[in-house]
Amino acid sequence: MSGPEIGLAVSVFLACAVEAVEALTILLAVGTTRSWSSTLSGAAGATALLAALVAGLGPALTSLPIDVLRVAVGGLLLIFGLQWLRKAILRAAGLKALHDEAAAFEQEVQAARSAGRPVGFDPYSFTVAFKGVLLEGLEVAFIVLTFGANQHHIALAAIAAAAAIACVAAVGVAVRGPLARAPENVMKFAVGVMLTSFGTFWGAEGAGASWPGGDAALLVLIPALLALSIGFVALIRRAAVSPAAPVAATVGEP
Amino acid sequence: MSRASALALGIWDFVVGDDWRVALGVAAAIAVTALVATSTVAAWWVLPLGVVALLADSLRRAARGRG
Repeated sequence: MSGPEIGLAVSVFLACAVEAVEALTILLAVGTTRSWSSTLSGAAGATALLAALVAGLGPALTSLPIDVLRVAVGGLLLIFGLQWLRKAILRAAGLKALHDEAAAFEQEVQAARSAGRPVGFDPYSFTVAFKGVLLEGLEVAFIVLTFGANQHHIALAAIAAAAAIACVAAVGVAVRGPLARAPENVMKFAVGVMLTSFGTFWGAEGAGASWPGGDAALLVLIPALLALSIGFVALIRRAAVSPAAPVAATVGEP
Repeated sequence: MSRASALALGIWDFVVGDDWRVALGVAAAIAVTALVATSTVAAWWVLPLGVVALLADSLRRAARGRG
């Protein structure tokens, strides 16, 4: 397996695992308090729709001219990656609350209980599970498609995504609860670095630039961006403890 | 809100996210890279430089509570 292929598999696996943890929290909350059969039907319906999207759009994407694909994919990955990285840096620096899966689970449980007791097929469980899996899965489907199409390896990207979902589901079944102790921000930090690095690499190539060393430039880009991001965390932390710095206690939504 | 507006808003939120300046900056940085690539000067450094500037600016605004 080449370097970019390993990068593809790792990026898709991590991104998919993060989203799978969030989807699992919703499924566990609705399934345990209402109806497992309706919840699993909703999750299966959303998974089928996501699979159809990947299968339908994948071949269409791979038929695009490579430079057009790289500019579009690189640009979108950069926008996605910078958002993930920004939030992960702010969380690591303590300016944004860490995502609390236990609190999210409790919130879903309360909402599910207040919706009344189900009899037979439960539309509430089906709808919540369907929307949860679809929304969390769309970002993953996008990453699978863009990474896969760009390297003509949609199958590898899909395998990495399926492996991540299987791992998270297995752990979820084993602990029978939300994965509150999953190192979610570390994973989001890593995904942000990978998406931004690949986005920069492909975006520049698609725009007509030639990287010194070709694909090997990624081996410099990824650690350089990681070091820079860690540096930003340290800078923000230092500014936060400085009395003169006008830094907010928390930023944005949790 | 009509379904079409809700869909457009959803797509905007999905693609652009919560900081439209980053999306605009990425588009501008790719355009500058393409422009430099048509000259005799190497263009590979433009996008990484733009990315560092965009990330730093986005973090600065967020840390000041305006992001």
